[in-house]
Amino acid sequence: MLNYLANPARFMRVSGALLPPLTVATVVVLAAGLYLALFVAPPDYQQGESVKIMFVHVPAAWMALLVYLVIAVASAVALVWRHPLAEIAAQAAAPIGAAFTLVCLVTGSLWGRPMWGTWWAWDARMTSVLVLFFLYLGYIALVNAFDDMSRGSRAGSVLALVGVVNLPIIKFSVDWWNTLHQSESVFRMGGPTIDSSMLWPLLVMAVGYLLLFKTLLFIRMRTALNERKARALQLAAPQRRRAAPAALPDGTPVLR
Amino acid sequence: MLQYLGLFRRELLLAFRQGGEIGLALGFFVLAVVLFPLGVGPEAEMLRRIGPGIIWVAALLAAVLSLDRLFAGDHLDGGLDLLVLSAMPLEGAVIVKSAAHWVTTGLPLAVISPFLGLLMDMDKPSILILMAGLVAGTPALSLLGAIAAALTLGSRRPGVLSSLIVLPLYLPVLIFGAGAVEAGATGAGARSHLLLLGALSLAALPLAPLATAAALRQTLD
Repeated sequence: MLNYLANPARFMRVSGALLPPLTVATVVVLAAGLYLALFVAPPDYQQGESVKIMFVHVPAAWMALLVYLVIAVASAVALVWRHPLAEIAAQAAAPIGAAFTLVCLVTGSLWGRPMWGTWWAWDARMTSVLVLFFLYLGYIALVNAFDDMSRGSRAGSVLALVGVVNLPIIKFSVDWWNTLHQSESVFRMGGPTIDSSMLWPLLVMAVGYLLLFKTLLFIRMRTALNERKARALQLAAPQRRRAAPAALPDGTPVLR
Repeated sequence: MLQYLGLFRRELLLAFRQGGEIGLALGFFVLAVVLFPLGVGPEAEMLRRIGPGIIWVAALLAAVLSLDRLFAGDHLDGGLDLLVLSAMPLEGAVIVKSAAHWVTTGLPLAVISPFLGLLMDMDKPSILILMAGLVAGTPALSLLGAIAAALTLGSRRPGVLSSLIVLPLYLPVLIFGAGAVEAGATGAGARSHLLLLGALSLAALPLAPLATAAALRQTLD
């Protein structure tokens, strides 16, 4: 699989075929998830309707962690096997992950105001997610900080791997420090403690977020590949003008 | 072993002879701390409470400011290529350079911190805990900082970029460092905080140089 998709042209073909059904699935599942979350799931006996923020907040938090993991694995693959698409995947995923992290922080803050009476508390979970957000920003800034693009990619890969130490801290912060933020209620030993009437909408939303990530990732990766192609053509253009074929061998006209 | 000592000696000589680089970091450290009583007002009660945090934050910033000294000079004059090509493992060279960086920034900061503690009206046990914390925690700052310094070599704005990268990684050191003084003052005992600080430094000692060396290698190929 790793080698099969290493060919950018093959990746463009496969992702191009997958993209339309993926987009449709994303829209359908997200719409269904939002409907279930907003209209079907019951209001909480303590939190009232504010509990519905949870359906946006929790999957965003999961995705924030998952996307960073994706970036880290892709970076490792890029460093070890010099896989040409892994770097592109990692860089394409970073702004999406940063956006999920921001959504998580903002919705958490909106929920915290009526529930905890404060927009922000310096509890371990929040602080570590904020650090994750800065890790995303640092990664994006580092990748774009070099004139030599491949140098930026490799520096970014090393940084992504260093930042992995933060992931277990975020995951277990609520258990280690036992602070304000609720502890895990879905992925825990002995089964979820959350009621199934809320668990199902939550899981549908999570699947929707996952599909959204895949769709956006494919779009961004395809854009990045096209951009590289365009730049290569631009760089090659002066020489080609000198050689002066009006069209490529397959008949596509050469841009002048 | 001899080559490690030679490298260590060279780093120290460069730091001492290249005019006041240690002094610059120290001066920044002191000035940054002095700004706070002037900014928030000189009430002894408040200064005593926020003093340790301020001193730790200033130490973090001073460490970040001196990071470019680690590799930038060697990168420019080609010394870095020689280090990579030499028989010495690059990870070992990185440890030696980080150690020299610590001796010329972290250690002096810890040595003058008692005076800053006095300026902040801290009592004697708190100052001792602050000093012990700085000694235990600043090696982690140098080791982690080396990663950022190596990653940003040759980038467009290495200074700003390395602070953006490294400050999130410094947060645990800051939390346990400032927390140690607080725990000591409230009677909870600073021992566990200080042990955690030492643990951070010891964990960074073998791990951070691996990342730094990987980052340095990819600047050259």
